[in-house]
Amino acid sequence: MEEYVLILIAAIFVNNVVLSQFLGICPFLGVSNKVSTSLGMGGAVVFVLTLSAIVTYLIQNFILVPLKIEYMQTLTFILVIAALVQMVEIILKKVSPALYQALGIFLPLITTNCAVLGIAILSIQKTYSLAQTTVFSLASGAGFALALILFAGLREQLDLTSNVPKQMKGFPVALITAGLLAMAFMGFGGIVKL
Amino acid sequence: MKERIQIILKGIFRENPTFVLVLGMCPTLATTSSAINGLSMGLATAFVLMLSNMTISLVGQLIPDKVRIPSYVVIIAAFVTVVDLLMAGYLPDIHNTLGIFIPLIVVNCIVLARAESFAAKNGAVDSVFDGLGIGLGFTLALTFLGFVRELLGSYSVFGHKLASGDGIILFILAPGAFFVLAYLMILFNIVKKKFIKK
Repeated sequence: MEEYVLILIAAIFVNNVVLSQFLGICPFLGVSNKVSTSLGMGGAVVFVLTLSAIVTYLIQNFILVPLKIEYMQTLTFILVIAALVQMVEIILKKVSPALYQALGIFLPLITTNCAVLGIAILSIQKTYSLAQTTVFSLASGAGFALALILFAGLREQLDLTSNVPKQMKGFPVALITAGLLAMAFMGFGGIVKL
Repeated sequence: MKERIQIILKGIFRENPTFVLVLGMCPTLATTSSAINGLSMGLATAFVLMLSNMTISLVGQLIPDKVRIPSYVVIIAAFVTVVDLLMAGYLPDIHNTLGIFIPLIVVNCIVLARAESFAAKNGAVDSVFDGLGIGLGFTLALTFLGFVRELLGSYSVFGHKLASGDGIILFILAPGAFFVLAYLMILFNIVKKKFIKK
C-alpha cells in the first residue's frame, strides 16, 4: 500500500509530468487561457492517459514480448492510442452526451499529447506491474490536470490585472509564468526519495 | 537551386519552428540541459523530418484523404524507430540521456505539421529541402538554448569547463528551461524586427 502512495505523490508533485518532465507542453501552453477549458482538458487527459497506459501495458506484455517484436513499440503504441481516442469519443457520444459535450472537443487533441505516449513508454521502462501502471498513469494525469488548472488560473489573473511589456506579450510571459510555477513545484522535491 | 536555398533559409529564420511557429516544445525544453544534447536531439528530429517529408510527398497521392493522418503517423513512427535503434547501437550515451524523447519524436507536432502543410502538396526534392531547413532551424534553436543553459548552469561550453564552480544550477533544472526560452524568444523577436525594418 505504501508503495502506491509513494508512486502517487511522486507522480503528482515531485516529478510532475509537465513541470519537471516536460511532457505535454503543447496543450499546457495552448489550452490554458481559461480555467473552464483547462478543467475539460485536464479531465480528458486523466481519462485517456490512464486507459491508454493500461491498454499499452497489456499489449506490450501479451503481444509484443511473446512475439519478440519489442522494436515495434513506438509504432504500435501510437496507433493504439489514436484508435483508443477515437473509440472513447464514439462511446462517450452514445453513453454520456453530457460528458461528451464537456470533453468532446479536447479528445482529438489528445492523440498528439506527448504525455500520453510518454507515460505509456515510461511505465514499461520502469517495469511496473499492472496495478502500479494504473496508479502511476492516473497520478500522472492528475499531475498534468493540476499543473494545467493552476497555470490557467495564473494566466487569467495575468491578463486581467497586469500590464505586460509589449515584447513579452504572448508566449514569453506564459513561459516565464510556467517557469515560476515549475520553481514552486521544485519545493516538493525531497518529499519522496526515488 | 536558388529556390531550394530559399526553402532552407525560410525554415531557419522566417518559419523557425521553435521561435516563430512555437511547435515541438517538449523536446525543446526537456533535452536542452547542455548544448550537445540539444544538438543531437535536433539532428535526430531533422533526420526523421527529411525522410518522412520525402516519403509522404512520394506516396501522398496514393493515400485516401480520410486515413491521411494515421498513415502519416505510421510512416513517421517507422523512421523514428529507425533513428531510435541506430542511436541505441552507435551512440548509446546520447541515447541514454535523451531517453524517452527519441520515441516521442513521433508526436512532435513539427513533423506532422510539415507533412500536412508542405510534403503533401510539394515534390519529393522540395520536401527534403523543407525538412532540412525546418530541421536545421530546430537544431540551431535547440543548440543555442542548450548552449545558454549549459553556460549559465555549469559554466561550460560543449562540455568544456570555462570557470571553476558549480554554476547557477537553476538553469540546468526545469524552471531554467522556461526562463531561457522566454528570453531567447524575446531576443529573436527584437532581432527579427530590426532585420525586417532594414
